[in-house]
Amino acid sequence: MPQMDNRGNYIISLGAFCRWLGEQAEALGVEIYPGFSGADLFIEDGKVCGVITGDMGINRQGKPKPDYTSGMILRAKQTILAEGARGSLSKKAMARFDLRKNADPQTFGLGIKEVWEIPAENHRPGFVQHSFGWPLDTHTYGGAFLYHFGENLVSYGFITALDYRNPWLSPFEEMQRTKQHPAFKKHFEGGRRIMYGARAISEGGLQSLPHPIFPGGVLTGDCAGFLNMPKIKGIHTSMKSGMIAADAVLEAIQTEQTEASTYMQALKASWLWKELSAARNIRPAFSHWGMLGGAAYSGIDSMIFRGRAPWTLHHRHADNQTLLPADQAPKIDYPKADGKLTFNRAESVFLSNISHDDDQPVHLHVGDMQTWKEVNLARFAAPESRYCPAGVYETNEAEELVINAQNCVHCKSCDIKDPEQDINWCTPEGGSGPNYPSGM
Amino acid sequence: MTALVLIEIENGKVRQASRSAIAAASRFGEVDALLLGNTGAEAAGTLAGVRKVLHVPTLTHALAEPAAALLATLAPSYSHILAASSSSGKNILPRLAGLLDVQPISDVVKIEDESTFIRPIYAGNALATVQSSDNVKILTIRSSSFDPVAESGGNASLEVLDAPADDGKSRFVKLEQSQSDRPELEVARVVISGGKGLKDASNFHNLLEPIADKLGAAIGASRAAVDSGFAPNEMQVGQTGKVVAPELYIATGLSGAIQHLAGMKDSRVIVAINIDPEAPIFKVADYGMVGDLFEILPALTKAL
Amino acid sequence: MKVLVPVKRVVDYNIKPRVAADGRGVETQGVKMSMNPFDEIALEEALRLREKGHASEVIAVTIGPQVAQDVLRTAMAMGADRAILISTDVDCEPRVVANLLKAVVEKEQPGLISMGKQAIDDDMNATGQMLAAKLGWPQGTFASQVDIADGHATVTREVDGGTETLALTLPAVITADLRLNEPRYASLPNIMKARKKPLETLEAASLGVDLTPHLTVVKVAEPPQRTAGIIVETVDELVQKLKTEAKVI
Repeated sequence: MPQMDNRGNYIISLGAFCRWLGEQAEALGVEIYPGFSGADLFIEDGKVCGVITGDMGINRQGKPKPDYTSGMILRAKQTILAEGARGSLSKKAMARFDLRKNADPQTFGLGIKEVWEIPAENHRPGFVQHSFGWPLDTHTYGGAFLYHFGENLVSYGFITALDYRNPWLSPFEEMQRTKQHPAFKKHFEGGRRIMYGARAISEGGLQSLPHPIFPGGVLTGDCAGFLNMPKIKGIHTSMKSGMIAADAVLEAIQTEQTEASTYMQALKASWLWKELSAARNIRPAFSHWGMLGGAAYSGIDSMIFRGRAPWTLHHRHADNQTLLPADQAPKIDYPKADGKLTFNRAESVFLSNISHDDDQPVHLHVGDMQTWKEVNLARFAAPESRYCPAGVYETNEAEELVINAQNCVHCKSCDIKDPEQDINWCTPEGGSGPNYPSGM
Repeated sequence: MTALVLIEIENGKVRQASRSAIAAASRFGEVDALLLGNTGAEAAGTLAGVRKVLHVPTLTHALAEPAAALLATLAPSYSHILAASSSSGKNILPRLAGLLDVQPISDVVKIEDESTFIRPIYAGNALATVQSSDNVKILTIRSSSFDPVAESGGNASLEVLDAPADDGKSRFVKLEQSQSDRPELEVARVVISGGKGLKDASNFHNLLEPIADKLGAAIGASRAAVDSGFAPNEMQVGQTGKVVAPELYIATGLSGAIQHLAGMKDSRVIVAINIDPEAPIFKVADYGMVGDLFEILPALTKAL
Repeated sequence: MKVLVPVKRVVDYNIKPRVAADGRGVETQGVKMSMNPFDEIALEEALRLREKGHASEVIAVTIGPQVAQDVLRTAMAMGADRAILISTDVDCEPRVVANLLKAVVEKEQPGLISMGKQAIDDDMNATGQMLAAKLGWPQGTFASQVDIADGHATVTREVDGGTETLALTLPAVITADLRLNEPRYASLPNIMKARKKPLETLEAASLGVDLTPHLTVVKVAEPPQRTAGIIVETVDELVQKLKTEAKVI
């Protein structure tokens, strides 16, 4: 596939790149405030006028602790949301301003990643490998990537499309067992796993793109959904959307417009739009025709029509609508972790260096436990206990939902996949979350 | 080479941690002991492996300022000066090091040679091998890493020393022993911890407390047990809770999630009691017992 | 009275440190760095003393390369009035740190030094005691409570098995233990204000202190993994083993 050609690309650590970029921005006078969560949009007269940061120092019961510090309103002429896939403020903005009315449902993938340190003699700098499908069932879109980079480091990841149907499926276990394939296994020999993390990404492409402009702000990057799924790359498109948004926002401020209205035209005129347009039919083809049909269609779409097929395939379902009842889907027997090549979730999450004060409100809001019992548990056998890559959700002996919020790596899968959309990911206390070192 | 060990007395006896420090010191040659305060001279005199006891009866309460000043006057006669990694040892020896412009070495767990030592850094997540170029090495010793010398069998000579002149800038006001009969989790010699396997809060208390009473142990809990309301937050042992390294750690009804292991893996002896033979806690336990807690724990109470 | 608060920039306490493959030390490249948590507590105590009227000025000081400024900005965002960076690329051992701080003390003449009992990277627990010795000041280590009155500090200390209370004649050095207080968050407006507070840089070389270490790190290694022991069948066997084999009860 032409999309998978990585010649001319460089492999670097995105974390390291972002740190560098942060330094450049600060040198230009940009003020960056890490450790504060954007808990809510600040809306005045029907317009977003900034964000509200979260309160700090609230205990588990919701009462202020001695170190309580209230959130602040940060006022802005224009607010640029750049939260990544399923951003909690973007979700609010989309609902408040009905930004999704002409878009297909967004569809997501859950990416789970490990970084390994391997013996120098096995390291092949610049080596890139992708796999597709196996060991997933034929209705599930997904695959693995493996890069050699840095100082004897290997980055391995697996993406499972969250429109999967079988509630017994565990993206984490799929990721683990894929490592047992000889094509992957050899890369880990003699190595040790040093990092672990997970994050949902947007896969829907142009069809699922919301209107990215609202009064007082814009959506950029993956919270809008600019990722190029066939390429499994979203950084270049995110950067481009940000650059275009910056010009449009500046113009809006200079001309005192509420909306950065030129953003959309400029997007459409850019290479970003062309690239996503050419890629637009690949991902939905897999939902329509499964892995084999999807792969066959992709070949035709890319090689013969070169992305200019005179039709557009649509995403018909949101990811929360696709699960089969548990009794109608085959159980999956995943192999036990061996502690060397494959691991369980608890020891994996340990490598995410999560900082999360236990004495704070649970940031994963479940609307109605009765709904959970009747739908999630009775119908789908508690799928959140399997799709969560951090083991946040457990069902206890009394058949109640236990939420280990302090394990959360902020991937947003529960917010996306919960059948009744009754799990709401909210921002925890500022500074909480995984701490990924360079390489993740 | 001769080493000097600052020893501590508790209830008329030489503390085990101090006897471990003497054991460590004997690796360098002959060992003298420095005893502060008006009790314990007899116990110090019978310690195995001690050549001479230097006793300063007038220096009570082991205040760091006069103790370090005194040690500084004794230092020229010694190649190594040691103490246990206790609150007293860590209070006094670095001050001595400051007076002598020596870099002290805390929490030594292994002696490689007279000037090379191994000590934990990053809360035990790494072990550093360090080499000292100082003329006198000042060390505090992790007691769990050195078998203590015997309390008896020795026959040390006794020399009584005067306390140095005190400028009175530091004055003892009071000492308060912990109110609780149970030792604090972080300093307890024995810890018994419970997990979700205890099923509820009343079992947690009824099954663990009698054993803790018999062993003089502190009680800990896994995160799952704390989250389920069996035990308060401050009892949590683990990466996000307290990190403990007792002589004996008894884990009951807890699987040994890695977060928990991070908080107790440095314990000297680990006992695991769990119904699930596959529980990861057995991978780190010196003694494991597979079975029903509700039978084993009462039986253990009886047997102790 | 001025209060001097020495702070150290360390690998954030949430990060599980990873020993570098070549055994030089612990991987710090691209790892989140923060103020040593014990120093945060020491700083909080200093700020409370100022708020109670016992201190007129709180000065944060750190030793390290230019990037170490970030912990000074954090200190000023929490409330320190000004900050001093003792600039050096040399990794200073506690003895050298104490000598450098002594030079700062002679310049600033604080009435109290409030510092963390240990840094969570080298876990040495020595700098405060050494500094006190070099200054000839009394020390109140592992403090869980501090009260200031009439030129004295009454310090309650966490000692094995209980607490000890000392009365120290000021000036003195106090090292903070975990239970001394719960440090405040740096609020957003205070972070903004901290950008305008004065930060002075002193070259370590200009303070007349020899930076050469007396203690060198030969090697850093992962601690040995524990291995599984034996499975016992009965409670009596367990008690027997604990008594005769492990000798722990």
